[in-house]
Amino acid sequence: MHMADALLSPAVGGTFWAGTIGAIGYASKKLKEHLDDRKIPLMGVLGAFIFASQMINFTIPGTGSSGHLGGGMILAILLGPHAAFLVMASVLTVQALFFADGGLLALGCNIWNLGIYPCFVAWPLIYKPLAGDGRNPRRILAASMASGIAGLQMGAFSVVLQTLLSGKTALPFGTFLLMMQPIHLAIGVIEGFVTAGVIHYVRAARPEILDSSASSVPLAAGISLRNVLIGFLALAIVTGGALSWFASARPDGLEWSIAKVTGKGELPEQQHGVPAALKGLQERTAFLPDYGFKSPSGEPKAKKGEAPAWPAVDAATSVSGLIGGVLVLVVAFGIGWAIRAFRRRSIP
Amino acid sequence: MSFEAAYSGLGRLDRLSYRDTVVHRLDPRAKVVATMLFAVAVVSFPRYEVLSLLPLFLFPVLIAALGDIPAGFIAKKVVAVSPFAVFIGMFNPLFDSAAVAIAPGVSVSAGWISFASILVKFALTISAALLLIATTSFPGICRGLRRLGLPALFVSQLLFLYRYLFVLIEEAMRVVRARDMRSFGNRGAGMRVFVRIVGTLFLRTVERAERIYGAMLARGFRGEIPSMRRETLRPSDAVFMLAAGGFFVLCRLVPVPQTIGRLLGGLAG
Repeated sequence: MHMADALLSPAVGGTFWAGTIGAIGYASKKLKEHLDDRKIPLMGVLGAFIFASQMINFTIPGTGSSGHLGGGMILAILLGPHAAFLVMASVLTVQALFFADGGLLALGCNIWNLGIYPCFVAWPLIYKPLAGDGRNPRRILAASMASGIAGLQMGAFSVVLQTLLSGKTALPFGTFLLMMQPIHLAIGVIEGFVTAGVIHYVRAARPEILDSSASSVPLAAGISLRNVLIGFLALAIVTGGALSWFASARPDGLEWSIAKVTGKGELPEQQHGVPAALKGLQERTAFLPDYGFKSPSGEPKAKKGEAPAWPAVDAATSVSGLIGGVLVLVVAFGIGWAIRAFRRRSIP
Repeated sequence: MSFEAAYSGLGRLDRLSYRDTVVHRLDPRAKVVATMLFAVAVVSFPRYEVLSLLPLFLFPVLIAALGDIPAGFIAKKVVAVSPFAVFIGMFNPLFDSAAVAIAPGVSVSAGWISFASILVKFALTISAALLLIATTSFPGICRGLRRLGLPALFVSQLLFLYRYLFVLIEEAMRVVRARDMRSFGNRGAGMRVFVRIVGTLFLRTVERAERIYGAMLARGFRGEIPSMRRETLRPSDAVFMLAAGGFFVLCRLVPVPQTIGRLLGGLAG
């Protein structure tokens, strides 16, 4: 499941973007050290291959619903973790742009969820130890299943964390988990089967591809890789903890201070150098018992941690707000329509 | 989405990105930065804000109108990718039932308002992302990302992916069509055949990559795809970024619809 911008907050989105950019930089640097140029077009074309494969649907036995390939594990097995991560990141970038899969802010989260866990966690910690030398088909199946399931479970859990930390949903943690994890367990099983099947096919047809890829990833780097992974996990946990404090404390203060600024800044401005109608409006609104600004922005401070309950919003201000909203939309889309009409007329 | 539908959407968006309008001529960096700022501005609104988000529609509307991008095409794509956000947001009215009055005599649960907020934010961010690619060619975006500091290896990867995307999609389409023609009902659509299709595609991919590498070596490839374009920031790009950024900040700090509403109320009497 891809994250969407609409469910994110700037803090969570920005943090994961920072992590993703860091990971891209790290993978690029590591890859450059022992890369031969031959791999560059291969990575590009494999990215296109994964992209195209994701567009092919197959029916899942027993359910009748259709599924499609994820691809992170296959890439990690065939290319090694760093190259696989870059390829996954590139595929997700193209999907975010051309297919609007989630949005540009959520792209940082998606690359993290679908790239880091399969390539840097599941592959070295689960697949490689279980698959061994890669010649026993049963070990490959077991390794693919375990790593596929683990990678997807981590990714799904990550989505839950990111959504909840952003605070745009009312879903409780438990319910959300119960929705996401079982589905992704099933998807992980399927992915494990498909991954094992493809690897088996490739081994039967052209085993030298797998052998060369297995040896091109220096296993000695696995030691430092483990430290890096522990570092990533620690970063994720610390970020999550820090963010939950940040997410709950800051918006209240921010909204309150903005309300203070605009509540004070607007009134005096509109009294100076503005036609009498506006001045009259100001004097009239000053007599209203509820100030339109303070009630919606006052209560986030008051009810931290409780179920949000708005005091009855003053009907007059909300109606005028609604009218203003409709007007804004009409003006915005009207401008667009007018520009198009003007264009069409000016084309001979 | 069916294979053909996905592919034709991809092709159309790609063709749109190579046109020549005022928006297309802006520097890719300016458009990428403006779109990211837009996304940040939109998601920074608190969960119950709906009305104050509405003025921000001016940004995608203007880009689409000045860039001559068909509005229906964008709208259809936004709707097509909405399922996940709708699915998650749908639970807000269920779990958040505090009553709020939005007009005299009309009260809804706060969950509906936060759901509406999610939908509006979704429409805004997704349309902005689509308009970015519709008005900026993908190689242009990659060049801009390189100038903004992304590693050269990753940008090369993006460019190669783009270059061979259409080739591989067409090849996959041929294989899928062959499968569909040979499977009466659903017989060929299972996992077994899928694995073999993917395996075959993969082997063809590897062989193709070998041929490509050889051809590029023969033409002097040395690791990075060079570009002859000298792209410098122009005053129009700076004006665009400042105007856009200023507009986003204004909409974030000032509740525009409510202000306009009150002004109207005052004028009306």
